Amino acid sequence: MSGRVLVGVKRVIDYAVKIRVKPDHTGVVTDGVKHSMNPFCEIAVEEAVKLKEKKLIKEVVAVSCGPQQSQETIRTALAMGADRGIHVEVSGKDYDSLGPLQVSKILAALAKKEEAQLIILGKQAIDDDCNQTGQMTAALLDWPQGTFASEVSLEAEKIKVVREIDGGLETIKINTPAVLTADLRLNTPRYATLPNIMKAKKKKIANVKPADLGVDLTSRLEVLRVDEPPQREAGVKVETVEDLVAKLKDTGKI
Amino acid sequence: MRKVFVLTRVTRLLVPERVFHSAVGREAFHLQQRRCFRTHSRNLAYAKDLFLGQINKAEVFPYPEIGNEELEELKQFVAPVEKFFSEEVDSATIDHEAKIPAETLRGLKDLGLFGIMIPEEYGGLGLSNTMYARLNEIIALDGSIAVTLAAHQAIGLKGILLAGNEAQKKKYLPKLASGEHIAAFCLTESGSGSDAASIQTRATLSEDGKHYLINGSKIWISNGGMADIMTVFARTEVEVDGVKKDKISAFVVERAFGGVTSGKPEDKLGIRGSYTCEVSFDNVPVPVENVIGEIGGGFKIAMNILNSGRFSMGSSCAGMIKKLIELTSEYAATRKQFNRSLSEFGLIQEKFALMAINAFVMESMAYLTAGMMDRPGVPECSLEAAMVKVFSSEGGWVCCSEALQVLGGLGYTKNYPFERYLRDCRILPIFEGTNEILRMYIALTGMQHAGNVLTRKVKELKKGNIFLAIGMVGKSIRTSLGGSVDLGLTGNDWVVHPSLEESAKKLEENVSFFGSTVEMLLHRYGKTIVDEQLALKKVADVVINLYAMTAVLSRASRSICIGLRNHDQEVLLTNTFCNDTFFKNNFLMVQLQKHSPENNDANIKKIATAVLANRAYTCSHPLERTF
Repeated sequence: MSGRVLVGVKRVIDYAVKIRVKPDHTGVVTDGVKHSMNPFCEIAVEEAVKLKEKKLIKEVVAVSCGPQQSQETIRTALAMGADRGIHVEVSGKDYDSLGPLQVSKILAALAKKEEAQLIILGKQAIDDDCNQTGQMTAALLDWPQGTFASEVSLEAEKIKVVREIDGGLETIKINTPAVLTADLRLNTPRYATLPNIMKAKKKKIANVKPADLGVDLTSRLEVLRVDEPPQREAGVKVETVEDLVAKLKDTGKI
Repeated sequence: MRKVFVLTRVTRLLVPERVFHSAVGREAFHLQQRRCFRTHSRNLAYAKDLFLGQINKAEVFPYPEIGNEELEELKQFVAPVEKFFSEEVDSATIDHEAKIPAETLRGLKDLGLFGIMIPEEYGGLGLSNTMYARLNEIIALDGSIAVTLAAHQAIGLKGILLAGNEAQKKKYLPKLASGEHIAAFCLTESGSGSDAASIQTRATLSEDGKHYLINGSKIWISNGGMADIMTVFARTEVEVDGVKKDKISAFVVERAFGGVTSGKPEDKLGIRGSYTCEVSFDNVPVPVENVIGEIGGGFKIAMNILNSGRFSMGSSCAGMIKKLIELTSEYAATRKQFNRSLSEFGLIQEKFALMAINAFVMESMAYLTAGMMDRPGVPECSLEAAMVKVFSSEGGWVCCSEALQVLGGLGYTKNYPFERYLRDCRILPIFEGTNEILRMYIALTGMQHAGNVLTRKVKELKKGNIFLAIGMVGKSIRTSLGGSVDLGLTGNDWVVHPSLEESAKKLEENVSFFGSTVEMLLHRYGKTIVDEQLALKKVADVVINLYAMTAVLSRASRSICIGLRNHDQEVLLTNTFCNDTFFKNNFLMVQLQKHSPENNDANIKKIATAVLANRAYTCSHPLERTF
């Protein structure tokens, strides 16, 4: 199977950063905070580039939805080996309310426009942990989906996917075109080497607006409040089991 | 051009302030300035002119900037390098095994870090000095790797970059850029360290005139055991005006030429992962095409190479200190004694302030110097680079020590990285030119420049240049009357932001006093100043401080003007540093004045002479009796 692969990459707060809630409780502090590519998106890009290196696909297109800074994330994907990028410009209030439903509509529209054969996404983003975009995109396109992929192999016109599920590993075979979402053990993403970053400067990033794709960005969700998780309280040590039961009864746990 | 400059100074002295600042006065002043047509290339003499009590504003204000595109690119570069160093570099193991693992070296090569400043056409990244300095902030997190990379590209192959011909560049640079070949810089010998001109390794021309045969032994060669390409310095016989003389020449020597042997790695205190060893040359045949530059021009090339890499020590140390601050503050915030966290105690807070100020000053100096070096033209920033090196190496050592102190006993163990940082840091004041030599270089070069200018002025005076006489007399009167100094940093044409006015005034005062102190020293000692190392040390310390103050004022002014995040912190750091340093400078300069009671130099010499003659401590034991 040859053709085009669309890879979605999301710009998120770096995994090593300590998250702080904004004083007005409307969200988390993002100003001046280190951002980078979502780790699962890195794995998705790596998989796509690997497929291209095996000559199983022809072109890798990196897509990101967000403000101006999302271009940095696309550049990283280009430095890892993607051929070109598409930046879907979403900023301001639209960006704050951008969620899996809107992104999947955008990706579905782009997949049709670019005549993509495969969409590879990360299984979830580490900021919202939604784990929905891949599934929604497949549904909108009416394509099969191979989610939580820990192994992907292309066989003729089908894709064999080994999925990580609660019970263990599940192997499925799906038709193309399809949507895959990458899980942790799918591969180890390569470093974007400095020479590759320089080469990537010559690669193109196209600018697209959601309206051009005929996508409506209105959200059905409203964020009411964002709070930090409750502070962990100190534990209490007890001497005997009777004490334990008594304490549990006292605090109304049983 | 000088005449016009003097005219403007005289105008300012003779014309009363209020007239001067009136429209007419200003117009006249500007007319004078407009006559300064630039008929020669930019003479980067910021530090040198400090010795004349002059601040060349245009060289250091505004603080150098890089374009938006360059900044974006830099951020892109920084990300994977940081990731690599935090995930793939195990500094503790490298230190313990005294070896950098092959996979780590491979990773560094793949990242492209072996050819940062080699031009793209030869396979390198072609980055500027500023970018190199920025990447060094991260690379410095592991001392052994930092030294290995620096020995390879900042000095090892620099000769080919700076003075090599097209053929040499084409032949050697591509493999050096990819890291397939590693480079080393071979100058030092057992008998010639600081006195580099006294090297004994010899290169003799073969009978057929096609080869040089190199014989000799070099020591302390970083990358000595794994280098394939070496820049070797040796004595060659040259003919100057019919007289045969011995001059040093630079050669590109391949290990593959045969006759090159390297010893086993030295067991060092720090940077243990860096391969440092002896390298011997036994009749090594080097084709004449491999001479770098001209025969006999090797010493100058060596000095240029060393000068060009020095400035990056500023950003390396700043990067290391910033990391130390992170590690140490975690501990200070959580560790409690006397029912309070360490961070609440004054003596601990002082250490953090020290580290913050040092990192701030080092960064500012490093990037100011890098920015100056990146300007078009031939940058002559050897003085400024040397100053960055001296300040950063000593500041780094002190900060490492204080950071370790915060952790107390824990800091002293190998379970924490502090002792390794301390050991790795100790080499900084030693290599790349010992701080003692660099201080002498800084002081003497500056004083020579001042001496030349002053000698010219004296000649002009003798010719009967009235304006010059008036200018000099006016200046002396003003200085002795203790009038306020105005060197143009503040006021109507300010380059330093008004919120830093006090600190700028302190700098101007120091610079002015420094100018007259230098003049007085030259008067007093003349050429014999060369032997007055204790006085020269004070001169060097003052001018290093002046450059540091300039750097922070320039950087902070820019930050305020463009509204950079946390610029109020920068104002605080700048004012604190300038305040502290102003008084230190004054004390140093007071000691340099004639018959200064604060000056202990004569006694210091007496003590040292006695101890060295005795080869031991000279006093009797305090418990000794005479009856």
